Amino acid sequence: MSTAPFTAQTVVEDAEAAILATGLTKNFGETCAVAGVDLTVERGTVTALLGPNGAGKTTTVRILTTLLKPDGGSATVAGHDIARSPGAVRARIGLTGQFTAIDELLTGRENLIMIGRLARMQKAAAADRAVELLARFELADDADRRAGTYSGGMRRRLDLAASLIANPEVLFLDEPTTGLDPRSRLGMWELIEELVAQGTTVLLTTQYLDEADALADEIIVIDHGRVIARGTSDTLKDEIGGERLELRLVDPARTAHASARLTAAGVEVAGAGEAEGTISVALTRGPVEIAELIQTLDRDGFTLDEVTVHRPTLDDVFLTLTGQHAEDAGDALREGRE
Amino acid sequence: MSGISAMYNDTAVLFRRSLTHSFRSPEILAGITISPVMFVLMFRYVFGGAIDVGETTYVNYLMAGIFVQTIAFGALTTAMTLANDLEKGIVDRFFSLPMARSAVLTGRTLADLLRNAFTIVVMILVGLLVGYRPGGSVADWSAALALMLVFSFAISWVGALMALAVPKVEALQQLSFVVILPLTFVSSAFVKTDTMPGALRAFAENQPVTQVVDAVRALTLDQPVGNTVTASVVWSIAILVVSIPLAAAVFRRMGTR
Repeated sequence: MSTAPFTAQTVVEDAEAAILATGLTKNFGETCAVAGVDLTVERGTVTALLGPNGAGKTTTVRILTTLLKPDGGSATVAGHDIARSPGAVRARIGLTGQFTAIDELLTGRENLIMIGRLARMQKAAAADRAVELLARFELADDADRRAGTYSGGMRRRLDLAASLIANPEVLFLDEPTTGLDPRSRLGMWELIEELVAQGTTVLLTTQYLDEADALADEIIVIDHGRVIARGTSDTLKDEIGGERLELRLVDPARTAHASARLTAAGVEVAGAGEAEGTISVALTRGPVEIAELIQTLDRDGFTLDEVTVHRPTLDDVFLTLTGQHAEDAGDALREGRE
Repeated sequence: MSGISAMYNDTAVLFRRSLTHSFRSPEILAGITISPVMFVLMFRYVFGGAIDVGETTYVNYLMAGIFVQTIAFGALTTAMTLANDLEKGIVDRFFSLPMARSAVLTGRTLADLLRNAFTIVVMILVGLLVGYRPGGSVADWSAALALMLVFSFAISWVGALMALAVPKVEALQQLSFVVILPLTFVSSAFVKTDTMPGALRAFAENQPVTQVVDAVRALTLDQPVGNTVTASVVWSIAILVVSIPLAAAVFRRMGTR
């Protein structure tokens, strides 16, 4: 075999971006899935493509991983042009798709070795690397069980391990935590953070603002195939505002009164609904503010029916940026609320 | 790694994968053991008494038909397993790797060839237990097995092509009903074609399954082969020549739509 497995170190001195795309477009019949996406992902960083279902996230990833030919635009991944040398791109990337791509009839170990062999690794090297990854992803005890018997979280970890078998320089993760329970989701975040700490470049897609927030250096918000905002998590949050506290009074008739009381106490009231007895407060000082605020109302004899902390969600991002709700983002909305 | 050795490596890896599937998937395992045995026993004992084929016993007549019918049904397994891969997204993973993409098809069809060879052996053994007493020399049997295997390889490429055209497992089941059933039943596999009405008989006598069945039957029962061996070889090669490039072209296009 003439080509050794590529490691992140072999190209570290290469200064150019890990992913550089300009004007990518893709139509499926009448539907325009991607309408001119530009993106730059620097080596060793994490970029999140954030958007609702159907925004063009997966199509963008499929173009960059050479699974789809773009109708327009160009891109280089790990220094190679996706159209002119797709083979060189494939030798340097790992892809964990939206749907788990593992072989259920093979064991965890067999899955990894098979992918390693197809990624041009020698049998022994693939077997060693499989052992290493199985241990790291806490699958060592189940290595010789069929992947079909794995839990959802285990499948996702095996899937991620498979995309890492040949030490890719650039890793694509298409909705890596969709469908996972909260605990597996956090486990997946930790794994991704570890990888990045070791120098892997990651492009991930997500419908969850908190996920992009937790993992990404840069967030690219995408809607109807177009980039509608980009920046760090902090700059986006400055644009859309932070946490809000939603209060509901037992007696809606006293809403205006309570709202005035809070304003007098120096609280930033963002809105009030007299019919339901709701008051929305912009939180600027964190949990301390919540305690003070509830005490103030309690002292003045306002009885509260319900108190909810509302964190900004993808939908808030969209409301702010486009004035419209994110389409098909029902799951994201539910997930983002506490 | 050069193109050829890459192709060889990837085909070998995916051949092993498909073969492992054959022995681990309950559906496929049943398909290569239980169902051919059931077919032998049912036709032998249910229809056997009622069908008179003249010069030999029904079980002797039947076995060539059962072999080829099972091989033709095997194309469905090729189609289903490939469609399953396409649906589940594992083909996306393969396509994101620096591998020879066509190995997905060659690995599969070669494994299915071995699977069919295994099934033929099972059927011969069961047949012998229920009164199958074939004739034929070692050379005749070698020729008959070779014809069946070439046909098996050809028809599993048709299965692959069907899966690529209709990559949905359920739709495939319907399609197969329309394609594979007439080919196997409107043939000389189970009954002589001369009782069939005009158009049906014309179809039955000129389609590939009948040619292969007749050739295998003649070779293994010491009957005159006529032009059936030539016709079988021509059909199999023709199917391969059409379906391999077509499947490869569709597959390449799929990867880069």
